[in-house]
Amino acid sequence: MTVAEAPVDREVDALEATPEFEAAAERQESRRGFLMALPAYAYLVLFFAVPLVIVVVYSFATRNRFGGTDLSGWNLDSYAKLGEPIVRDILFRSVWLALITTVICLVIAYPFAYFLATRSPAIRNVMLVFVMIPFWTNFLVRNYAWRVILGNDGPLTRTTEAIGLGEQELLFSQTAVVLGLVYGFLPFMILPLYAAIERIDHGLLEASRDLYANGYQSFRRVLLPLSMPGVIAGSILVFVPSLGAYVTPEILGGAKTTLLGSYIVTQFLTARNWPLGASLSFVLMAIMLVTTIIYFRKGGRTL
Amino acid sequence: MSSAVAPRGWTKFGLHLNGWLVYLFFYAPIILLVVFSFSASRNVGTWGGWTFEWYGEFADSQNARNALSASLKIAIVSTAVSVVLGTMAALSLERFTFRGKQVFDGLLYLPIIIPDVTMAVMMLLFFAEFFDVLDFLFGIETRKGFNSIVASHIAFSISFVSVVVRARLAGMDTKLEEAALDLYATRWKAFRYVTFPQIMPGIAGGALLAMTLSLDDVVITQFVAGPGWTTLPVYVFGLIRRGVTPLINAISVVMLVGSMTLVVLSIVVERARGGSRSE
Repeated sequence: MTVAEAPVDREVDALEATPEFEAAAERQESRRGFLMALPAYAYLVLFFAVPLVIVVVYSFATRNRFGGTDLSGWNLDSYAKLGEPIVRDILFRSVWLALITTVICLVIAYPFAYFLATRSPAIRNVMLVFVMIPFWTNFLVRNYAWRVILGNDGPLTRTTEAIGLGEQELLFSQTAVVLGLVYGFLPFMILPLYAAIERIDHGLLEASRDLYANGYQSFRRVLLPLSMPGVIAGSILVFVPSLGAYVTPEILGGAKTTLLGSYIVTQFLTARNWPLGASLSFVLMAIMLVTTIIYFRKGGRTL
Repeated sequence: MSSAVAPRGWTKFGLHLNGWLVYLFFYAPIILLVVFSFSASRNVGTWGGWTFEWYGEFADSQNARNALSASLKIAIVSTAVSVVLGTMAALSLERFTFRGKQVFDGLLYLPIIIPDVTMAVMMLLFFAEFFDVLDFLFGIETRKGFNSIVASHIAFSISFVSVVVRARLAGMDTKLEEAALDLYATRWKAFRYVTFPQIMPGIAGGALLAMTLSLDDVVITQFVAGPGWTTLPVYVFGLIRRGVTPLINAISVVMLVGSMTLVVLSIVVERARGGSRSE
């Protein structure tokens, strides 16, 4: 890029704004903006974009006999492994549990967000703060709390025994994992839904009722379509991290509930099959990218 | 809201019930955890009378204290760097147009939506290669530890800081900046005396957010941590996997109080000066 000498002196400001002068000023602005962005830009290229490329490169590499990785000799072996029963089961199970988690969150969060959006502003703000607090509170600790509750001889077992339901073995099951995921990611669903519902002009709902829609119809034909960006944003924000969840299944799940996240970590920390781990991470990232792009294409603007 | 379409009867009842149940769901586990951290029983989920024993054990544990101090050092350094870089990024995106702006914008979004595990893998592989390159080119021998953890935390924090600061900038009236420039303020002075004071709550909110994220992270840190640099969450995570003990209850409550304090502070800061709400 060639950069013309731009007149920078303040005095020049007083002169007539010729096209050349404006062009030069614009170029200078552009350069300033770029310089301003540069530190973060360079940092993210080095510490984010480059690592991303390295993951892709590793995913085509070969695991050698010593548990190391040979980068020469590119192949698709680790992608072919995705079709093997063990890996396939884990993939399906992860997608399934992430879907269940998303649906449960949606069912709980939608009426909640509507409830929130229809309170008076003062009450709404207080209620929002109490949603924000768990949203940013330590995720590990919040999952651990469920470990304590579900544990044997814990509060839950005692309650179920006291009311005559007998001992419930929830811990280390898929149910416990879904419970932990819903608990962890519910605020991710509530906040975008609330933002979407709050924006809707209430007059439209009234109009639908004036036109003899019943409550369900007015929800189905007016409220739901208008709040769709929130539904999609919330679903992505819950589905993607649930799919890659690692902490929750490790704490609340058992041997039979290995999920994608834990499986990837195992490939790196114990099994030492880095290419397989890299290809799985790449798959996870691809799913995330595709869902996000679909969302933006559908006209969503904020995540 | 007008009462004409306000839900009535069972719908209204259901909405209220659901609302209260959601809050119960959010807070009951946290409250139970706090209560059990004071329980004298060795079994983590059983009440055995009041005690402060487990907090004492936490204070006495050298490992736990080291982990706490490592966490704090890492959080402070990574927050400081990411606040500066994130704020500059936000300014460049909100106030300038330049070549490659859209690419930068996209790159800035990625760390927010990428799953933890993928990011952890990225950083692990990156440092495996990067340290080799450093050694090869400059003869610098580095190992995973403080530097790699801080570098990774900055990599995801920049984006969050810039989102918060951008929200603040977007809600701000540019006329004031223009007025300052018209009145012969230099670019720097206009920023220093007009823009900066106005976006300060955003910067503070971003800083608290970056700090929260750094203090909470388990997965990425675990992948790039080296000997001697175990953060508190990684330490606790390791303990939990070996089996639950009342000590974990106590450490968890300390972490809980710490992160809740940061959240409440950031909410207060964001709302303190009115202005745009960023969410």
